[in-house]
Amino acid sequence: MTAAATLKTWTGAALAAPVVWLASIVNVPLKSWQRATGTGGMAAFFLAPNMAIFGIFVLVPLVINFFYSATSGTAYFLQDRTYVGLEQYQRLLDCGSYLDTATCREDLFWKAVHNTGLFVVVQVAMMTIVSIATALILNREIVGRSFWRAVFFFPVLLSPVVTGLIWRWILQRQGLLNLIVHDMGGEPYNWLTDRFWAFTAAVSVSVWAHMGFYTLILLAGLQAIPRDLYEAAEMDGTKPARVFWRITLPLLMPNLLVVIVLALIRAVQIFDEVYVLTGGGPGTSTLYLTQYIYEIGFASLLRNPGLASAASILMGLVLVVLTLLQLQVGRRGERKGARE
Amino acid sequence: MTKTRTVLAAISVSLLASTSAFAGDVRIMWYSDGVEGDVIQDLLNRFMKDNPDIHVTLDNVAYKVIQEQLPIQLEAGQGPDIARVTNIKELAQHWLDLRPLVTDPKYWDDNFGDTLDWMRPDGSKAIPGFMTQLTLTGGFANKTLFEQAGVALPGDKASWDDWINAAAEVAKSQQLPAAFAIDRSGHRISGANISYGANYIGPDSTPAKVDDGTKAFVGKLVDWTAKGLMLKDTWVSAAGSTYRAAADDFVNAQIPFYYSGSWQVANLSTKIGDSFDWVATGSPCGTAGCSGVKGGAALVAIKYTKNPKDVAKVMEYLAREDVVKEFSERTLFLPAHKGVIEKGGLKWVSTDKNVGPALDKFVKAAGETLPAADALPPWKWANAYYAALVTRVSQVMAGELTLDDAWGKVDQDIADKVAEAK
Repeated sequence: MTAAATLKTWTGAALAAPVVWLASIVNVPLKSWQRATGTGGMAAFFLAPNMAIFGIFVLVPLVINFFYSATSGTAYFLQDRTYVGLEQYQRLLDCGSYLDTATCREDLFWKAVHNTGLFVVVQVAMMTIVSIATALILNREIVGRSFWRAVFFFPVLLSPVVTGLIWRWILQRQGLLNLIVHDMGGEPYNWLTDRFWAFTAAVSVSVWAHMGFYTLILLAGLQAIPRDLYEAAEMDGTKPARVFWRITLPLLMPNLLVVIVLALIRAVQIFDEVYVLTGGGPGTSTLYLTQYIYEIGFASLLRNPGLASAASILMGLVLVVLTLLQLQVGRRGERKGARE
Repeated sequence: MTKTRTVLAAISVSLLASTSAFAGDVRIMWYSDGVEGDVIQDLLNRFMKDNPDIHVTLDNVAYKVIQEQLPIQLEAGQGPDIARVTNIKELAQHWLDLRPLVTDPKYWDDNFGDTLDWMRPDGSKAIPGFMTQLTLTGGFANKTLFEQAGVALPGDKASWDDWINAAAEVAKSQQLPAAFAIDRSGHRISGANISYGANYIGPDSTPAKVDDGTKAFVGKLVDWTAKGLMLKDTWVSAAGSTYRAAADDFVNAQIPFYYSGSWQVANLSTKIGDSFDWVATGSPCGTAGCSGVKGGAALVAIKYTKNPKDVAKVMEYLAREDVVKEFSERTLFLPAHKGVIEKGGLKWVSTDKNVGPALDKFVKAAGETLPAADALPPWKWANAYYAALVTRVSQVMAGELTLDDAWGKVDQDIADKVAEAK
């Protein structure tokens, strides 16, 4: 054995020693645990640390939040707050007509609900269409394909605040877009104080920021479609549009459903980039649910933690429904995969 | 075994120490509008040189942090040892009473007595801190733009209409995006509301319903915004009570008239330099007077501090007459120290020819505030009123509410806040 090989062996042994020592200590109680509980018990044992973290950082705050929603007052300590039962929920849900926010006791909450609903519908539709189109292009044999994939994924890596600021600098009155418009002889426009354009900007920026992630999921789905199907279609002289509708889209459906559900959940939670971009304005036309909760809970001088907690519980219920939908979609995909 | 115990004990002690304040450590949460962060750091360095047993850390944070995060820290019984705040009265229950800790409470009563009620609960005799500056809301005009447009600056008793009409003429002549802007803040429009006869305070110091004075000025403001005379960005492009200043638009000569306050003097001087001449205008007049609203920032001790004695030493140093005088002269802030004001002779540290007259103008305008405006700084519900006004008026400007609907919403928002605080 050479000196180098000897050194390698000794180093390996030295590094492994503490692990072996630790394993020998853990081994005894683990064996007893396995004997007593079987394989199910072992699974629980290994899941326990993760569940503990989940419990401390998700479940416990959720329960505390629920208690907050049953109290009123400006104090932040639960013991200093007054128990009011479901009063905060009643206040949020007190509406003459849910379609007319002006008739609601908490009109800003319902404004945020309406805005979020519209945002979710438009943004998810746009996100899905743009992601499919991008994935289809990036799946082709184009020059610099890896480069383009990186380009489209790059915004996903940016912090939402950075994304919001970049686009704010582009779209504000004295921003880059107006500079270009002016240089081309046009009249600069105040994009972010116009309700339509502010909404369009909010949707477009969030699509730009997240489409890379969904494109990646769809790209994986496209690459899993057998090539011979396309070759057969080509031999039959099938038109490209028919190939897309009859082969690509049906076979991409499991991935597409995942994309839609994930995009739905994310759209309901929209906050940071839009908050930086429009501040919820003009007026309240891009005020979304999470911003409402943040404002009423922490930022506004009219803050009301109980009301914010109740609003977040209601929003949580919507997210639970969407998550169940996602699970359902996932299971259906698995069953279909197993059948095939 | 003994060795292991010693090591473990040492680790425990160092972990505990890392999470709690050392004796002699004082942390100040500070925000800056202009150069005051540098000035206070310089003053604190001198203090630490003379008091090596006390280490003062100055945390420079954004104003938003003071407004949004500090109240939550305080509610949780945490936060810095000292903070510079503008939400002085509403958070009064969190301030430390320095009276038993300072060597000469009479000095504080004599020199800061006029403003101590702004920062302590009603009826209390506590000394929570002192005002680092007195402020007064007021306007600024871009003199160069007015001259270029051949429009005369409206005089001392000019009304809001006079100012806006003159500024509109300048904006039209110089092809500017708007005639004027007011910071997005309820505090800023309150002087103007009061100048039109508004009174926010009802019986028993509870908030009054929106009255004709407020309706008169806000109606004008909404109308000016609809006509494009007021810069739309500042108020419309945000929701809720988010604060937005329009100083940068004035600095960039996008508006000939800007309504903000005396604390902007240093900021404007630094950023404008010699690009153009500007003047402070005081507050334009309404039907009831020409009032701004006084206010300011206070340096307050926090009652959750672990080192109250050291905090008191730092506060005593910063409240010293010579220190207050130097701080005011270098930051271009109006002092709140009675001795400094009475002795006069402040030598503003600035080579900018616009600064001296601007500060003099604010000192003069301070004598013209109306009683209804003077009652606001120590009033508990002032911030709730301001927030409700901003939230709803900007909705009107964005075309989401009518003015009549907005008044009802403002009253409801304030009533909710009062009910919630009970």
